[in-house]
Amino acid sequence: MSEETGANAIDPNTMSIIVTKGSLDWAYPPFILGTTAAAMGLEVTMFFTFYGLPLLLKKMDLKVTPLGNAAMKMPMMGGHMVMPNIVAAIPGVDAMASKMMKNLIKKNGVASIEDLRDLAVEADVRMIGCQMTMDLFDYQADEMIDGIEVGGAATYIEVATKSHINLFI
Amino acid sequence: MADKVLDAKGLNCPLPILKAKKALKDVPDGGTLEVLSTDPGSVADFQAFCRTTGNELVEHSEEGGVYSFLIRKA
Repeated sequence: MSEETGANAIDPNTMSIIVTKGSLDWAYPPFILGTTAAAMGLEVTMFFTFYGLPLLLKKMDLKVTPLGNAAMKMPMMGGHMVMPNIVAAIPGVDAMASKMMKNLIKKNGVASIEDLRDLAVEADVRMIGCQMTMDLFDYQADEMIDGIEVGGAATYIEVATKSHINLFI
Repeated sequence: MADKVLDAKGLNCPLPILKAKKALKDVPDGGTLEVLSTDPGSVADFQAFCRTTGNELVEHSEEGGVYSFLIRKA
């Protein structure tokens, strides 16, 4: 093995994130960590696959569902409310929960996902969309934001071999 | 008096850090940036940010729920 590819050659200031979830709540961890790492001088690559791929669409319409999410306890009237699944399954409840979550986000000075994504682009975070997911769910390149790359598993693995921190979210 | 002041009051993680990083671009090497924040998490985060980036956290304090950080750019 040549020196360039040895484990010692990996720059500690490199990070990759596989982004597999695209709901309003799950979109936060990868974008928060990606932008913060970039701000701390790390070279960051994000690979968007399966349900994470829609986070690269120009027009995002992020939603959150309380259905089957026992840990989702929304602050309400001084307490915390867990929604029973039978209620969460009623049409319109997801839209209501998403609106509530967006209000909480605004009220607490938390950035929107749109803002965090803009900051990631600005910070030169490398973003790769999964070609197979695009084929599978019929997404076209022109629906995606500018400046992203498209690639597959091998593209990501090559990045991972050169990254000190590799996360799967 | 710092070379630049960033008012990050009312913003939550990770915005104070991201905005501080941006603001540091306008500060000359060896110059200082003062960040004001109301996010209690920013106390640990600005220490970690400075340790990792090599910038110096000259001092930090809290008064009336407002945290103040003085960062010297490396």
